[in-house]
Order: sequence, then C-alpha cells, then structure tokens
Amino acid sequence: MSEVPEHILRRSAKARAAEGRSPDEVPATAPSQPAEPAPAAAATAPLEAAPAATPTAAAPAAATNGGATRDLAAEEAQFGVPANLLRRGAMARAKAQGTPVPAFAGESAPATVAVATAAPTGGGGAAAAPPAAPAIPEGVRTQRLLTVVKAGAIQKVKTEPHDKVSTWPHLVLIEFVALIVITVALIVFSAFVDAPLLELANFNEQPNPSKAPWYFLGLQELLAYFDPQVAGVIIPGFGLLGLAMVPYVDRNPAVRPSDRKLAIMIFSFFLFASAILTIYGSFFRGPGFNFTFPWSEGIFFDF
Amino acid sequence: MADGDGKVGLLERVKEAGSHIRTSQLWSSIFRPGSPFRAGYNDSPRNRSYVIMNNVLYHLHPVKVKRHGVRLSYTLCLGGLSFFLFILLTITGIFLMFYYRPTSPAAFEDIQALSTNIAFGQLVRNMHRWGAHAMVLTVFLHMARVFYHGAYKPPREFNWVVGVVLLLLTLLLSFTGYLLPWDQLALWAVTVGSNMGRYSPVIGDQVSFALVGGVQITPDTLLRWYVLHVLFLPFIIVIFMAVHFWRVRKDGGISGPL
Repeated sequence: MSEVPEHILRRSAKARAAEGRSPDEVPATAPSQPAEPAPAAAATAPLEAAPAATPTAAAPAAATNGGATRDLAAEEAQFGVPANLLRRGAMARAKAQGTPVPAFAGESAPATVAVATAAPTGGGGAAAAPPAAPAIPEGVRTQRLLTVVKAGAIQKVKTEPHDKVSTWPHLVLIEFVALIVITVALIVFSAFVDAPLLELANFNEQPNPSKAPWYFLGLQELLAYFDPQVAGVIIPGFGLLGLAMVPYVDRNPAVRPSDRKLAIMIFSFFLFASAILTIYGSFFRGPGFNFTFPWSEGIFFDF
Repeated sequence: MADGDGKVGLLERVKEAGSHIRTSQLWSSIFRPGSPFRAGYNDSPRNRSYVIMNNVLYHLHPVKVKRHGVRLSYTLCLGGLSFFLFILLTITGIFLMFYYRPTSPAAFEDIQALSTNIAFGQLVRNMHRWGAHAMVLTVFLHMARVFYHGAYKPPREFNWVVGVVLLLLTLLLSFTGYLLPWDQLALWAVTVGSNMGRYSPVIGDQVSFALVGGVQITPDTLLRWYVLHVLFLPFIIVIFMAVHFWRVRKDGGISGPL
C-alpha cells in the first residue's frame, strides 16, 4: 500500500470538511475498510437515480444496479482485457448513460470518489480503489494533473536516417584519384607552358595597357564606367559583404532549385556579370584600356 | 644471388621479409589497428570503420558519408581540389623560397636563375603559378557549387561566411604572390590592383600606405608582400581552413541531396 504524505491527507480532509462531511469519514486506506456503505452511493448521487430505470440493451455490462455482478477476473481471462480497463470502461459507460455503477465480484461495494483521490490505486488488482460514485458536487476538483510525459519526448531523434556508405574505401579512393589527377595535370601543363616573366621591374616605364591580375580585371573594367570610389571600393566591398550575408538574407529553407528560383536568378546574374566583365577586361581591352577585338589586334593579357 | 643457391627463390625471400616486417613491432606501431597496411587486414565493415577512425583522416571525414555526397557530379571535388592545390602550392612554394631573395634586383635575378640554372626550377615555378591560378578558380567554383546546392542554409550559415573569408584570403595570397617575380608584369599589375585601395573613403591613404609600405610600390613593398605571402596569409588561411573543415563535419557533413 502506497504511503500518502501527511500534507495531502490534511488537504483532502480539509476539502472534505468544506463539502460538509466529517474529516474521519474516509480513511486513507479505503479499500480495506470502506467507511461509506453502498446505499450511500445511490443517496449521494441524484443524477443516477432518474435514468436508472432506462437501461439500454447496447450496454449489457451496465446492467441495473444490484443486478448481475461482473466477475472482472473471469472476463480478463476470457477476453484478454485487463480487469482495471474493464472496470473503467463499465464505469464510463454507466456515467455516460446515467445508469448505476455495476457491482464487481471480489470487490467491496462502491465507495465515494473522495476515497479514490485520497488513496491512489497502488498495488493494483483487487486491492485497487473501488469504483466511485460521484459523491462530490459538480465543479469541485479532486484531482490534479502533475505532468504529462509523452513517450519518446526525452530522447528526440531529429535527423532522418540517411543512405550512407563507408568513407573508406568509397570517398577516400575518389579523393586520392582526384589528388593524383590534379597533380599530374599540373605537372604536365607546367612542363609545356612556362609562367610569364617580362623584364626587370622599371618604375619609369609603364606598359600599355597595364592590367591587374585576371581576377581583378572585372573590377578594373568597372573602373572604365564608374568613379574609382564606386568601382574600386564600394562595389567590391558591398559585394563581399553581400556575399557573406547570403545565408542571413535568403531565409527560404528550400534547397530544391525549382523552389528557390529568385535566389538562383540573382546569384547567377552576379556570377555571369562578373564573368563577362572579367572576360571583357581580359581580352577586349587593348592599349589605353580601349576596346579591341582579340583576333584583330592581339591579346593584351598575361596570366 | 638468391637464385643461385637453388633452395629458396627470390620471390619467397622477399615475401618472407615482407611478412616479417609487417608483423614487426615497429610496423604495427606505425599503422594502427584497422589499417589496410597492417598484417592480416581483411575487408570487413568493422575494419572499414577502423581505417578512418584510427587515422588522422578522422579529423576530416566521418566513418560514413551520405551516398549522394560521394558522387563526383555532386561536388565535382572542388573543395577538395582547392585544399590539394593549397598543399601543392605550399610544397612548391617552399622549394621556391630556397632560391629567392625579396630584394630589389635580386628577386628578379633569382627568378631568372630558377628558369635557367636550377634543376626543376622552371617546372616548380610553373607549377606554383598555374596552381595558384587554378586554386583561385576552384575556390570560386566551389562557392558557386555550394550556392546552387543551397548548402549555405541552416545550420551551415556560418561556414559560408568562413568560406567567403577563405575566398578573400585566397585572392590576397594570389595577389601578394603576383608581385614577387619583380618584373614589369608583376610591378604594374600590382600597381593597378593596389591603386584601388587608395580610393577607400576616409581611410584610403592609410589603407594604401599600410598595404604597400609607402605612398607607392617600392622595394620595401616587395619585402612586405613576401612576408605576407609566405608567412602571414598562409598562417591565417590555415586557421580558417581548420574551422571550415571542422564545421563541415559538425554541421552534419555534406549538405543533403536536392
């Protein structure tokens, strides 16, 4: 039998006193010594009395009060449904239809609800609290919900399982081949194409045209159209800042290209714009950084 | 010689010596359990995990990766290639450092000597230069690839920012290296490029002064950019690369399939 803390007992006694019953009416160990006899159940429950005369055929279990006594243990053995569930179901049915609570074999006569709340059903089985008639007026709460622990709420699996392969050999092999390929490609290319080396640096003789390294030629091309402060500082500065801010500006969680057309369009616009500017600055700009066709006047470009 | 005695063939002797080495304490202390080089390695799922788990590669790769991420068409290996190129550039760059003095006429003469006097000098210099251009390209393409896959989305936002810093550092590394041959191409390309910094609002002159070490490019600039190129920027980029790779793993590996 579970122990009921003293303050709970005191509180329930107080609540019972407020209802106008004597505090010693219901002891904590209700099942073993039902303080209130069975007739009291009918007397304290006026709502039971009226519909008791109209039992429905659909609920054979909810037979008239004092009629068939249900043997829950036998039913449990027969249907495989736990006895406490059977009892709860019968109680609920009785309450819904307004019929009296059926009697159960092997259990004492129904006690009051206050018993059930004061002495939680510990131990299970026959020792559990007997079915209760609504002895407490409507609107009086005799139970409190402490917490609801959902199944699986403590350890939550967030990630979906993925189709995975072993890094060795699958990924490492590909990386190794890539490493070999890039090394060999670089060696072969370097064996045939020499890096440019012009004459010694001379501060007094500026070549015409003077071009920045190829990755800055897009910016140098912009210098032909805009003020240096715009083309040389503001555009690259804001470009870099905007690039870094992409994940914080693009709040669309989708990754499918068809779901993020705007982002792809904007990025592609800048990508192609910079590529076109770079190519234009590299191959279509001749002496004086004037427009030229690479096939007519030659290429003024060095890597 | 071993064939001469007629008893034990050369092949058996080599095999025996090989197995003797592979079971030695020295060998098994080098190759940790699960290594394919260890004696008695067999291809089991457990050993496949151990190969990565007991390996320095575990810093870069988890034991298992998403199947779609292994496909070459997904990443085109661009991030990896950028990293490989960085390693190749470090190796070739160290070689070049042996023959290079960052002073005014000497720098140019050393580069000339590399092309003519030094064994493999021209080849290594070519590799360094083309590799540098290739790295700028692969880093840039890697960024585009990541964008089109939407791989910067949560939880990978910050790694994208780190990636932008890496792109900037790559450009700076390439740009500082551009001056070092100290020829006409280097001098004037860098002059044009660094002149842009001068137009920064308010602090333009200060930026330019700090960059080139004076009001215009001088031999002092050469020394300054040399130190930036071989020490400072590689140091910074390695730190950012470490964060970048670590975040790739911490943010759940490669981004999901489209």
